[in-house]
Amino acid sequence: MTTACLTFRDLTLGYGSHPAVHHLSGEVLKGSLTAVVGANGSGKSTLLKGIVGVLEPMAGSCTVAPGTRIAYLPQLSELDRSFPARVVYLVSLGLWPKRGLLGRITAEDRATVARAISAVGLEGFEGRSLDTLSGGQLQRALFARVLVQDAELILLDEPFNAVDTKTVADLVALIGRWHGEKRTVIVVAHDLDLVRRAFPETLLLARRPVAWGRTAETLHPENLLRARRFDEAWHDDAPWCEPDEHEHPGGHDHSHEHGHSHGHDHGHVHHDHAHNGASRPPAA
Amino acid sequence: MYDLLVGPFVEFAFMQRALAGSLMLSLAACPVGVFLMLRRMSLTGDAMAHAILPGAAAGFLLYGLEIVPMTIGGLIAGVVVALGAGAVSRFTLQKEDASMAAFYLISLALGVLIVSLRGSSVDLMHVLFGSVLALNDDALTLIALISGTTLLTLFVFWRALVAECLDPLFLRSVSRLGTPVHFIFLGLVVLNLVGGFQALGTLLSVGLMMLPAAAARFWTSRVEPMCALAIAIGFASCIAGLLLSYHAALPSGPAIILSAGVVYLASVLFGSRGVVRARLAHHRHRTA
Repeated sequence: MTTACLTFRDLTLGYGSHPAVHHLSGEVLKGSLTAVVGANGSGKSTLLKGIVGVLEPMAGSCTVAPGTRIAYLPQLSELDRSFPARVVYLVSLGLWPKRGLLGRITAEDRATVARAISAVGLEGFEGRSLDTLSGGQLQRALFARVLVQDAELILLDEPFNAVDTKTVADLVALIGRWHGEKRTVIVVAHDLDLVRRAFPETLLLARRPVAWGRTAETLHPENLLRARRFDEAWHDDAPWCEPDEHEHPGGHDHSHEHGHSHGHDHGHVHHDHAHNGASRPPAA
Repeated sequence: MYDLLVGPFVEFAFMQRALAGSLMLSLAACPVGVFLMLRRMSLTGDAMAHAILPGAAAGFLLYGLEIVPMTIGGLIAGVVVALGAGAVSRFTLQKEDASMAAFYLISLALGVLIVSLRGSSVDLMHVLFGSVLALNDDALTLIALISGTTLLTLFVFWRALVAECLDPLFLRSVSRLGTPVHFIFLGLVVLNLVGGFQALGTLLSVGLMMLPAAAARFWTSRVEPMCALAIAIGFASCIAGLLLSYHAALPSGPAIILSAGVVYLASVLFGSRGVVRARLAHHRHRTA
């Protein structure tokens, strides 16, 4: 029996008093490959921040299985490309979990870094400074850093933005390789065709989770339509979310019955296939 | 030639002290300046320099022109402002530039107020502009301690400092050191400014920190050589400034900083990443 790598219990994440991820419950199984999709502002990036721990939950919890190393690739904006560093240095940052502040970088570590750089097709770029890289090259370098991190749980936030098709294909192949190595991978993506092709599991977010499970079922037109109806704006006069307001009759155990889930307008992940996918609601 | 360049340092003990003090200051302050610049906090150094004034002034008010109380006072004021501004920026929506400006202006006003309670304007001039030619044993010991502490701290936290500059969110995702390193770094800035104010004054001590760093940026695109080069530029500026001050009877602090300023302007123009090279390089291009 595979076990959970990541467990959400009624997780609400947000900014100020406004939720960006609203009441998410469920599990991500070890070794699963999940795409997170949804409109802009639907809480995809926020969810990853919550998993990494950069953002504290407003309510509920997000538990990572003990001993799990996390590699997190945020959207590009926080990287300072004008910083005088070379590609090899950026990739070597991935050694941090292993070597920390003062650990000695061994010849083997350097070989690991060199292998990672060649795995993303950046041989010959080692000595280039970051401000001379194109967007796609930088993204490859960041993937190489994730490779070096050698993490069990890999979180990628919109890694395919502004990247050409060949690079996307290469990066997707890398993600497939991680999946083959039984690592747990969660990727925020926009391209639904790509998601259908390359990701077995999908979580569809519209602040609250709309659907979560096998990609083909999650990306059912009916679900997509419901996700599209979501109102992106925050309302300062929105009513407070009371604990009992989102609870289904029958308590807090989230044991949804199969097949009757689409009628609710407010609430939890609705699984029509709860036990055959890689993700599932918490044990009932 | 000997009389021009070496003589003054051999003949006069006060010149030797000034040289030793200013070289030790460069050794620590220049790498700190490089990181200030790379973190786009160049003006933060300037703000911090103003911020240490009330502490130094309070020490001066209570004990007169004594190096130890003034230094401790300056340290306390600097740390309060750095922590206050840093905390406001980390825990509220306001960015560090605005919170730093607010805190240092409050601090500066307080400092001027305290100095004016006692003292003539000559005293104020001394606190503001220092005198590297009057460094006593206490001052030299203090500068040596500050310099050693700074270099050791930089050595230990080097990797975290670089990571925090390059990709702060990555550091936060793999380590809890991000926030502590930021405050440790601000602490080093305060420490070096306080170390410099006896020699150069509160206003100009930031000059020895920033100008060599800003100049070094035009010569290299890697952090380690940049720090080494900044230190070398700092050394050269101190020696040139002291000689200039000796031969032309100019105040020593401004002479040192102006020497660094000349190196900076020359680097802007003629550095390997400077204006002239950039113009020349564009005449020809390669096929790939």
